[in-house]
Amino acid sequence: MSEFITLTIDGREIKAAPGTSILRAALANDIYIPHLCDHKDLTSVGICRVCLVDIEGRRPTVSCMTPVEEGMVVSTANEELEQTRRMNLELLVLNHDYDCQNCAQNNKCQLQELTRFIGLDEDRIKAMRAPELADPIDDSNPYYLRDMNRCVRCGICVRACEEIQGDECIDFVFRGIETRIGVLGDKPIIDSTCTTCGECVTRCPVGALVPRHAVEPTYEVETVCPFCGCGCGILVGARGGKVVSSTAIPDSPSSGGSLCVKGRFGLGFVNSPRRLTTPLIRKEGKLVEAGWDEALSLVAEKLGRYKGSEYATIASAKCNVEDNYVMQKFTRAVMGTNNIDHCARL
Amino acid sequence: MAGLATTLGSGAMTNTIAEIGDAACILAIGSSTTEAHPIVGYQVKKAVRQGAKLIVANPQEVPLARFAHLYLQIKPGSDVALLMGMARVIIEEGLHDQKYIEERCEDFDQFKQSLEEYTPEFVSDITGVPREKVVEAARMYAENNPASILYCMGITQHSHGTDNVMAISNLALITGNLGKASAGVNPLRGQNNVQGSCDMGSLPNVYTGYQKVTDPAAREKFEEAWGVSLSGEPGLTHTEIFGAAYRGEIKALYLVGENPVLTEANAAHSTEAMGKLEFFVVQDIFLNETAQMADVVLPAASLLEKNGTVVNTERRVQRVRKVIEPVGEAKPDWWIVSAIANEMGAEGFAYNSAEEIFNEMTSLTPSYAGINYARLEEGSIQWPCPAEDHPGTPILHTEKFNTPSGKAKLVPISYRPSEDCCDFDFPLVLTTERNLYQYHSTMTRYSEGLDELSGGEHIRINPKDAEKMGISDGDMVEVKSRRGKLQVRAKITRNSQEGVASLSFHFAECPTNLLTSAALDPVAKTPETKVCAISIEKA
Repeated sequence: MSEFITLTIDGREIKAAPGTSILRAALANDIYIPHLCDHKDLTSVGICRVCLVDIEGRRPTVSCMTPVEEGMVVSTANEELEQTRRMNLELLVLNHDYDCQNCAQNNKCQLQELTRFIGLDEDRIKAMRAPELADPIDDSNPYYLRDMNRCVRCGICVRACEEIQGDECIDFVFRGIETRIGVLGDKPIIDSTCTTCGECVTRCPVGALVPRHAVEPTYEVETVCPFCGCGCGILVGARGGKVVSSTAIPDSPSSGGSLCVKGRFGLGFVNSPRRLTTPLIRKEGKLVEAGWDEALSLVAEKLGRYKGSEYATIASAKCNVEDNYVMQKFTRAVMGTNNIDHCARL
Repeated sequence: MAGLATTLGSGAMTNTIAEIGDAACILAIGSSTTEAHPIVGYQVKKAVRQGAKLIVANPQEVPLARFAHLYLQIKPGSDVALLMGMARVIIEEGLHDQKYIEERCEDFDQFKQSLEEYTPEFVSDITGVPREKVVEAARMYAENNPASILYCMGITQHSHGTDNVMAISNLALITGNLGKASAGVNPLRGQNNVQGSCDMGSLPNVYTGYQKVTDPAAREKFEEAWGVSLSGEPGLTHTEIFGAAYRGEIKALYLVGENPVLTEANAAHSTEAMGKLEFFVVQDIFLNETAQMADVVLPAASLLEKNGTVVNTERRVQRVRKVIEPVGEAKPDWWIVSAIANEMGAEGFAYNSAEEIFNEMTSLTPSYAGINYARLEEGSIQWPCPAEDHPGTPILHTEKFNTPSGKAKLVPISYRPSEDCCDFDFPLVLTTERNLYQYHSTMTRYSEGLDELSGGEHIRINPKDAEKMGISDGDMVEVKSRRGKLQVRAKITRNSQEGVASLSFHFAECPTNLLTSAALDPVAKTPETKVCAISIEKA
């Protein structure tokens, strides 16, 4: 077998690796096929049925579940496809709460994107609409909300939990029109085995899983998570001098684009009002605020009296390479001792 | 780290995190991987989904045990017996890699001889694990290649931690599991830059890149670069520093980004020691329990407020970048230390940026010589990286080991029990553990939400022990050790082994390390926080 398969999509000749789905081959070549339940990080399941395409000599097929074949001729749009897609989309939207203005995913929602592309017949939806949407919002988790009224049952969250986190805390529960995503015993998410890694929240294509208190950043900076030794790449958003968001860097070599609860949701300590903001000096038994000049000259004068074996530095594994280099250089070159260690053994 | 430095010549994770997912067997010992290193945990679970065998050895039934093919609930402190027992089975059954041993290891005969002690009866007796399970673990590890060993503080925080590490290295060596992809001996490092702090020589015996202070050539190099004369005498380790302060030998301490009041073993002793200091400077981002004792407190910038580099557990050097300006008058740690040095009239601290410091460091550090900020903009690099055209080293020891002979050492080890033994007054063993939602003692406590998710502190007790002591779930209990006591609520769980209870050490309300022992490993000087005799009674 050759390294690449050649096929034609909408009259364009395309090359793709064997095993690639028609959908992903098309997207990789900037040909848009509407889709909802497919996610690049997860296995395809063909649940939503909106990615239908025509393959010469076959009936309409879901492109996310069909691997490319040599010489395949695919068309992504014709009247029959459009009609079938529209109906499939209407079935997805039927039970969806589309109060879009009040949804955190507004303008980022994949269902909106589909609706724009495919179009809907509002009258038909009204006629078919199921009884009042009344699933209470699950706000039991401190970092994210679950609103089943906005869920489209694409199962991306279920697969993210299974394939990325590996914990399988959530799954489809109940049958037929009652089908939705739930945890063992259909309890609030906080009472499940969920570890709040947020891998599902970050991939939810609609507003069913959204971070709480989400604030759009004015800018984002690539850095590394400050917590444990895994060293996951994070994109940290800031606004008004405060850290407001954190997302995984997709190609971070140590994390492969994953994060845990701390890296994704736990950076709030930086904005804590209890941060130290000025030097403090003990005066008459109490620590009182002081300026840098006073603090530096006091420390320099005092430390000058203890050069050699009466002095020690405890450096920190929370500080950067450069900080640690300067600390050990200071200890050895200025204080004249090798009494330096840090918490590596703790 | 001292253990691996002896056997392999380099004390760091031998392989990368991403490779773990492709291992055929994973032995996770003394590591609650999913709690302490969640991302590594994802890889372990991925490997299991792809068909890898997972062996978890831990006194407590940690969450990862749920995914294991074989869970070994060993008695605390019995790791050497288990590992050497497995080695004995492997050699007896001829499952070892004779060719690899001949080509790449030395001292096999002495090592083999030392296995005589580890009869199946002895191993079962010490570990509490039935003989068949030890045999099954040995076969599972030896027959599924490549096999990766993950370990953490459950291995090192013992008075025989170095022995534990060498026993792990022995096991990997006899099965040829070093120097190839998805295998290796992988100590999972705790803090975000603990590897980098070690690499930078924030240790009493080495300069950057593990160049020994006792080596005259290394010392001369640094003396010349820094323009000073340097002491060739290794300094005191962390725990020894507190001992010396207690005795009045250390009079001034400069402590950065740490909270020993909560995290130091036998914390009451170290707290008392800090109280005796004549001058005590603390540099931190919060006024934590330790900073409150200081004479001067200096406000540091957090990791999101400064530029620099960090090194993760797999030796990967990565850039960190300033996201926001430091709060108030907080400053980067390097700036503060340099300002003090300048104030003291020292030369060589006129730094203007983190990059200048990095460049000075790499010029003195062969294993970092090829790394610079421009290269790091393109992507991270794993050391050793000796030259600018060197791609870095994802897997250590592929061709030879870093020992003088180039061969790895197999080390005979005799079993030594933990120092803090149980008796009539202190019948239970306390071991410490971590909670996914907390990180040591400070940062996470100030992040709203994490605290809520962690559910607070509980001492976890086996139902049988609880019944004997008349304790019900949720009761407030008093926990005593030979060093201290505290009160905490009880959680009764079958995840705790009979005779063993566990606490984390994240909470100021429950300062676990008041109880723990500071008995030290004779080589690595790591305190024995993982084994501590206690009593529990209803408060």
